[in-house]
Amino acid sequence: MANAFAFVESRGGELRRVGLEAVTAARQLADGTGGGDVHALVIGAPGIATKAEMIAAHGADVVEVVEHPGLALYSPEVVAATAAARIGAGTYRAAFFSASAQGRDLAPRVAAKLGVALGADVTAFETSGDAIVVRHPVNTGKVIATLTITGTPVLVSLRPGAVTATRAPRTARTETIAPAMDPGSARVVPTELLAGNTAKLDLGEAPVIVSGGRGLRAPENFKLVEDLASAFGNAAVGATRAVTDDGWRPHTDQIGQTGRLVSPDLYVACGISGAIQHLAGMRTSKTIVAINKDREAPIFKIADYGVVGDVLEVLPVLTDAVRKAKHSH
Amino acid sequence: MTDFYAIDSALSEEERAVRDSVHRFVDERVLPIIGDCYVEGRFPRDLVPELASLGVFGANLPEEYGCAGLNNVSYGLIMQELERGDSGVRSFASVQGALVMYPIFAFGSDEQKRVYLPKMASGEIIGCFGLTEPDYGSNPAGMITMARQQSDGSWVLNGAKMWITNGSTAQVAVVWAKTNGDKDERSIKGFVVPTNTPGFSARDQKGKLSLRASDTSELVLQDVHVPADAILPKSGGLKSPLMCLTQARYGIAWGSVGAAMACFEEAASYACNRVMFGKPIGAFQLQQARLAEMLTEIVKGQLLTLHLGRLKDAGTMTPQQVSLAKRNNVSMATDIAREARRLLGANGILAEYASMRHMANLESVYTYEGTHDVHTLVLGQAITGLNAFQ
Amino acid sequence: MKMAVCIKRAADMETRFKIAANGTSVDETGVKFDIADFDGFAVEAALQLKEKDGAGEVTVVSLGPDTVQETLRKALSMGADKAVHLKADAVPADALAIARVLAAELKGGGYDLVLFGRMAIDAANQSVGPMTAELLGVPCVSAASQLTIANGRGTARRELEGAAELLEFPLPAVVTIDEGIARPRLPSLKGIMAAKKKPLEVKPSQVGESRVKITKMELPPERTGGRIIGEGPAAVPELVRLLQTEAKVL
Repeated sequence: MANAFAFVESRGGELRRVGLEAVTAARQLADGTGGGDVHALVIGAPGIATKAEMIAAHGADVVEVVEHPGLALYSPEVVAATAAARIGAGTYRAAFFSASAQGRDLAPRVAAKLGVALGADVTAFETSGDAIVVRHPVNTGKVIATLTITGTPVLVSLRPGAVTATRAPRTARTETIAPAMDPGSARVVPTELLAGNTAKLDLGEAPVIVSGGRGLRAPENFKLVEDLASAFGNAAVGATRAVTDDGWRPHTDQIGQTGRLVSPDLYVACGISGAIQHLAGMRTSKTIVAINKDREAPIFKIADYGVVGDVLEVLPVLTDAVRKAKHSH
Repeated sequence: MTDFYAIDSALSEEERAVRDSVHRFVDERVLPIIGDCYVEGRFPRDLVPELASLGVFGANLPEEYGCAGLNNVSYGLIMQELERGDSGVRSFASVQGALVMYPIFAFGSDEQKRVYLPKMASGEIIGCFGLTEPDYGSNPAGMITMARQQSDGSWVLNGAKMWITNGSTAQVAVVWAKTNGDKDERSIKGFVVPTNTPGFSARDQKGKLSLRASDTSELVLQDVHVPADAILPKSGGLKSPLMCLTQARYGIAWGSVGAAMACFEEAASYACNRVMFGKPIGAFQLQQARLAEMLTEIVKGQLLTLHLGRLKDAGTMTPQQVSLAKRNNVSMATDIAREARRLLGANGILAEYASMRHMANLESVYTYEGTHDVHTLVLGQAITGLNAFQ
Repeated sequence: MKMAVCIKRAADMETRFKIAANGTSVDETGVKFDIADFDGFAVEAALQLKEKDGAGEVTVVSLGPDTVQETLRKALSMGADKAVHLKADAVPADALAIARVLAAELKGGGYDLVLFGRMAIDAANQSVGPMTAELLGVPCVSAASQLTIANGRGTARRELEGAAELLEFPLPAVVTIDEGIARPRLPSLKGIMAAKKKPLEVKPSQVGESRVKITKMELPPERTGGRIIGEGPAAVPELVRLLQTEAKVL
């Protein structure tokens, strides 16, 4: 019987899917040890308390709610101090965070405040005697490490999608908690949340690359590729040699034997047949999606997920779906 | 794969750091554009300031002249990496460093060194080297370019030079000429000639099918009047320009290995990815034999240049040793480039791939700075003591 | 401005990794090592801040065995002024244990700004920077894709999923650097020569107990490819589902 803690991430007054995944993970751990209590903490501007029901529905026994007008934006110092105080106030075997942009900022701060170990960016976990054993991709995902973490509690940040948020309704108690420090006294002050994500990422660095080829038929259709990249938010735009030779895109965007060699987490090949010189530049990508009219195109041979169809028809629908998926996180 | 013999472990940390910097420069700045430059017959001039700030020009000359002060192994590694990009880019650096900065450093006055070397290291001044003449290639001793000293001590130069890399781009030419009507090669002296001197003209040689990303020019000197201090005071006889060529050939021995490595890597990668008859062509014995042969020759060339570099750093390297390395490595690289091109099948004739570009370039490298045949005779003479040139 | 940049020596990620015979580490035979990717961005960011100020000092710090000195000299050849090698047999897997060693070194160093890469590209914890900041008791912004410093205050931008946020903070502070900032410069050949003459101080370090132990390393399953999931726009929902639940990239 071990208790578990979950930090439930939110943005703009809405819970993020990864936040509920943390609750599910905490529930799984508690149940796996014979059924302890799950405490879930959610922090936000007044109104966030209305989300307690949703959190309980995913398996929290106690929902700890911190509402403060100064916490509409993620305030790292206030949230870290509050989470550390709440974790420290209970007896937890593990505390789950999300390995999201926010969670990866938050979890190490909390771990240092509590003086406990953190398993970061975890794709799977289990309890093993006194320890928590986690799996964590290292070396850009080319190697998977299994880590054995000791101490109490163990902090875990979960890679988005590592567990599927699952309903497990409880009759939860809601506790209203004050932030552990006055948001007005924070040194690091969030000043603005910018919707969309316009920073131009380099092809060599972007976790996602959306790339276009002749299948787009005309240079102006590259807009569809750019739209999909911007829906991902962390994507760069690439192109084939044919397209850069024709001047549709600058030569610096070319991926292939003579261009950039890339291996992003996700490569989306749009209207690219997969000439050998192009494949040489991207075949080490971790996940490859191909959209192409020609079912026999070589790109499908190496794609993890192939969609046979006109890229001009598929892209707008995909862009829309990606945008929705990103916002529900 | 191209460090099959763990030669990295025989390099110092500094040598590896130099190699890695130039390697990354070539990957990022040269390889993406060089195929197009080659097709268009254009030297990538924009790279000159970047190469200069990286510090490749005269990199083995002392720091007091604005140079990097590297050892000769590091210098060789720079040449290897540049030629992994293109022989034309390496040729530019060879000419600037080994054929213009080196003679100014070795034969020049303090004033000439102070005026020219820092500005050549920084790429503000580009140089060319005028030795070869239309009718005197392998036989430079027969040159007819003549410098006559005037009563005020100044000089007037007349003659023509051919196959001059950077000729039309250069602000300064090191011109080799016989002096005062003396036809003996012992009268040969070097002159530092600003290319805007009246009577000096340079014209690009058209129609090249090799070294297309490099400027090659013909120089004409018609009553070119230069002051007394234009002469390189410590130069004397044909051995002076030949000393420069030894420096340049040393770099070529390294550079050609770089070109061979580029072709081998391209071929090996292609062989693993290109599927024919249902499997990668690298799974067929014929292609494996090709690749095994290429790698073996590259390793031998790498070991040869590294030891040559150690000898040069120890001050014991002989010109004949340089001849052996230039002769072997350029010939080896030429063969590898051709084999790589063949392995690439039809794709191998495209400028998108590097092998045919290297193959064509290396025909020039095979021919310049002492042809393969001339170096054969140099070695023959070293072995037998008998001169087979005449 | 007095700056420190904490850097790690990491394998070249282009490597085709093999697992060592012990099953708990990567076989390092023939593997090239360099400044870990993001840490190179952090060094570049520090150098640019110094150049913009026209004054300042950049100290690079690295924990590990003697091999990290080559990594430190690489940073010196890029333009850092001084280096500190915190000598240890190995870098522990416990980020907090690393942070404690670094904090002990940085404390009392009088640094206005301590930079880290967003994460070490090999261990991929993204934890040491914020942990060090907590131990030092100074403000921290992690994964900054833009950073400006003026009049003793900093402004940073962080990239979020489908959004971005701006934050302000006073110095001294710890900032971890994301890739957007600026590509690390190539060390010039003169820089490489100059690095040999710059101070590199070697200090013994006390690495405490590591509560994170690597019990296994393995390669992920080989990619199969060749899977067609559907036709036309109708295939999109299935694609998105697979990207979320199977590939876990969305």
